[in-house]
Amino acid sequence: MRVLMFGWEFPPHIAGGLGTATYGLTRGLAKNGVEVKMVVPKAYGDEDQRFVRVVNASDVVTRFGDTAHKDIWDKMTFIEIDSNMIPYASPEEYFAKREEWERTGSVRTGGDIWTGRYSFSGRYGENLMEEVARYAMVAAEVAGQMEGQFDAIHAHDWLTYFAGMAAKAVSGKPLVVHMHATEYDRSGENINRTVYDIERAGMEAADRVIAVSNLTRNIVIEKYGIPAEKVVTVHNAVRFAGTVAEDVERGVEDKIVTFLGRITYQKGPDYFVEAAAKVLKKLPGVRFVMAGSGDMMNHVVRRVAALGIADRFHFTGFLKGDDVQKMFALSDVYVMPSVSEPFGISPLEAMKSNVPVIISKQSGVAEVLEYAVKVDYWDVDALADAIYALVQYPALSRMFSAKGLEEVTGLKWDNAAAKVKEVYQAAIDSLKK
Amino acid sequence: MKTICFYFQVHQPMRLRKYRFFDMGKSHNYLDDAANRSIMQKVARRCYLPMNALMLKLIEENRGAFKVSFSISGPAIEQFRAYAPEVLDSFKKLVATGHVEFLAETYSHSLASLVDMDEFRSEVRRHSALMEAEFGQKPGAFRNTELIYSDAIGAEVAALGFKTMLAEGAKHVLGWKSPNYVYAGAVDQKLRLLLRNYKLSDDIAFRFSNRGWDEWPLTADKYVGWLADASNPGEVINLFMDYETFGEHQWADSGIFDFMARLPKTALAQKHGLRFATVSEAAGNNQPVAVLHSPHAMSWADEERDVTAWLGNELQDEAFAKLYALKENVRKVNNPDFDFVWRFMQNSDHFYYMATKWLSDGDVHTYFNPYGSAYEAFINYMNVLSDFTVDLDRALAGR
Repeated sequence: MRVLMFGWEFPPHIAGGLGTATYGLTRGLAKNGVEVKMVVPKAYGDEDQRFVRVVNASDVVTRFGDTAHKDIWDKMTFIEIDSNMIPYASPEEYFAKREEWERTGSVRTGGDIWTGRYSFSGRYGENLMEEVARYAMVAAEVAGQMEGQFDAIHAHDWLTYFAGMAAKAVSGKPLVVHMHATEYDRSGENINRTVYDIERAGMEAADRVIAVSNLTRNIVIEKYGIPAEKVVTVHNAVRFAGTVAEDVERGVEDKIVTFLGRITYQKGPDYFVEAAAKVLKKLPGVRFVMAGSGDMMNHVVRRVAALGIADRFHFTGFLKGDDVQKMFALSDVYVMPSVSEPFGISPLEAMKSNVPVIISKQSGVAEVLEYAVKVDYWDVDALADAIYALVQYPALSRMFSAKGLEEVTGLKWDNAAAKVKEVYQAAIDSLKK
Repeated sequence: MKTICFYFQVHQPMRLRKYRFFDMGKSHNYLDDAANRSIMQKVARRCYLPMNALMLKLIEENRGAFKVSFSISGPAIEQFRAYAPEVLDSFKKLVATGHVEFLAETYSHSLASLVDMDEFRSEVRRHSALMEAEFGQKPGAFRNTELIYSDAIGAEVAALGFKTMLAEGAKHVLGWKSPNYVYAGAVDQKLRLLLRNYKLSDDIAFRFSNRGWDEWPLTADKYVGWLADASNPGEVINLFMDYETFGEHQWADSGIFDFMARLPKTALAQKHGLRFATVSEAAGNNQPVAVLHSPHAMSWADEERDVTAWLGNELQDEAFAKLYALKENVRKVNNPDFDFVWRFMQNSDHFYYMATKWLSDGDVHTYFNPYGSAYEAFINYMNVLSDFTVDLDRALAGR
C-alpha cells in the first residue's frame, strides 16, 4: 500500500506532540509495509527560490537522530513545501508574526513553538488562512505530478486538510484525516469559527476520520456532526528508541513534582499551582517545578508569588533537547492536569523514565493507561491527595513506576500503525462500493 | 548667602548570574562575575576616575571653597577592591583634601529600614565601620538607600547617633514649603534634615543632555543664575544625585564634565552670594525652620517618590518576605561566607528589577534592568534564594 501523507516534520523535543506522533506513526507504517510519501511544510526563507523540493529521507532521519533501521526509511519519500505553517499556531499568532515581519523584516524566535523555524518570508500568505489555501494549491500540484504513485491520502490536523481535499479532488483517491486535536481543545468554548469550519469541511470530505482518543472521537461526532461509522479511534503510542533516561545527580534531597508542557489554558497550569500550595501546607520536603513557557506563564508566576510558595515552586523556562530528559530523571511525580487533552504523549515519556504520573480524566491518554492516577482537572483536592500519596508512600510510587514502565512499553507505534493501515483499507474499499 | 550642597551617591549592585533550577543544590556560585567586573571597569573609566580627578582639581583650585559629599555603598566598595582599586585610591586623595565628607548608609544598599530595624541598625553600623576603615572618617550624617525616609526611620537614625539625614524634597510631603531650608525630624527634633531640590538636581541628572528640553544646552552661567536667583529663595540648595550621572548617564560628549569644571568658579563669583558646604556643615550652619512630617516612607525614585519601585507587587513582596525570613538562620550559622550572600541578596536593585509599573518611569527601569522582564528577574532571584536556603539549612544541620 502506498500513501500520500500531509504531515509534520519536527525534531521531537521542539514542538509539541504532533511532530513526535506523525514521526512515530510513519515509522510504524514503514514497518507494516506501507510506503509513505511525506509532504511537509518547511520554511526556507528567501534564499531558496524553490517552492517544492524532494528531500532524501535519510537527511530527515538524521535530523531526528535516528540513523538505525535505514531499511525502513527506504520506503519513504520526503517532499518539502516552502511554507511557514506550523502546528498549534492560531490565526492570531500567525497574524502577530506576520506583522512583526512587516515591521522589522524578521521574526524573533524565542522559547516557544516558533523556535526552529528560522525564517519567515514575504512569500508566505498575508494571514494563516491565505497560507493554508496557498499550501493546498501547491499540494494539488504535487498530487497531480505523483498520479498513480499512491492509493490513499492522509492529512494531519486542520492546517493540512485543504491540501488533503485538493489532493483528493485531483487524484480521486480516498482521504483519511487525522484529528490530533479539535478547536474545542485549543480554545475551550470560544472557538475560532474559521478553524472549526475547516476542520468540519475536512472531515466531511474525508472517507475516514482517525481520532487520537475516544474523547476526541466523541467531540468529532457530537460537536462536528460527523457520522459515527466514519470515525475510528487509534490511540497514539510512544517511541522507545533514541534517548535513554540519563542518570542525573540530584542537587536537592526534596521530592520533585513536575509539570512539563506549554503553560497555556488547555494544559491546566493553574490547577497544578493550587494543588502545590495545598501539598506544601502539609509537607515540607517537596518542590514543584513548572517546565515550559506559554501565554499564561506570567499569570502563574504571580499566583505562585501571591500564594507565598515561590521558594518551593520553581520555573525552568522552555526546555529543549537533553534538558527534557534531565527534568524527567529528576522528577518523583509527573502531573498533567490538562483541561482538555485529545491524547497527551508527555505522561508516556515520563513513565518511560520510571516516573509515576498523575493525569486528568479529561485526557485521551487516560483511556489507555491503567497505572496512572486519574483525577478531574478541576478537583484540586484530589490532585493534592494524589501528589501527597505518591510522595509519602514509597510502596505506591514504586508500584506505579514499575507497572507503568511495563504498561508504556506495550504501547507500540507498530500496533497503532497496523490499525491505521486497516483504516486506509476501509477508506479504499468504501470508494469502490 | 545661599549654601550649595552637592551630595553624590556611588553604588554598583552585585548582579546575579543566570541561575537555573538545575543548578540548585549543586552550585552555590550566584554572581555574574564577568558582568560585574566589566560594568565596574566601564563605569570607572567613564565616570569614577575622570570625575574624581575633576573634583580633586576643583577643590585644590578653589582652595577648599568648593566642597562635596559622598556616600559609597558596601557592594560598590567591595567591587572597587576586586575590580578597580585605583578608584578607591582616588577617593582617598579626595578625603585627604579635608573638604569632602562621607556619609553613612546601609552597607548592602538594602531596604532593611522598611521591614527590620534590628537588621537596619546592624547594616548601618557595618557601613560606618567600613567608612572609618577606608577613609578614616566616622560619618556624622546619614542617607538611607534611595533616600528612603519616614518619621520612624528618622527616629532610628537619630538614636544611632547621627545628627543629619538626607531626604527627598517630595511635593506630597512638603506641600507649599520649600526644600531650600533645614528641617527637623518629627520624632527626634534634634535630627536635622536636608531635602533634595529635585528640580535643580534633575536639571543636571536627567535633563542635561536632553535636546528636546527648552533649556538645552545648559551652561554653568545659566545654571548658577537659577541657583542665585531671588525667585529661588532659601538657605540651602541641596543637589543630590547619582555620581554615575557624570560620564555614565550623561555621556562625556554631552559636555557634562565641562559644565562641572566651570560651575564652582562661576558660582563663587562674589555677585552671586553663593557658597559650597558639605552635608554636615550645611545642616550645622543653618537652623531648622520647621518640623517635617512623613508618616509614610518616601524616596527619590519615580514620579510617586514612594517605595513602590521596590515593593508592592506580588513578586517583590514574596521575594522580600522570603529573604528576610532567613535572617535568624543566617545569624545562627554565623559564617562570613553566608553573611556575604545574605548581604548581596539584600541589594535593593534585585527588587527594582521585579517592578511591573511601566508607565512614565518604565524607561528608567528598563535602562537599569539586566532582565527581559520582571518575571525573569523574580524567577532567577528565587532560584538563587532557594539554593541559599538549602545551603543554609544544611549548614545549620551540620553545626
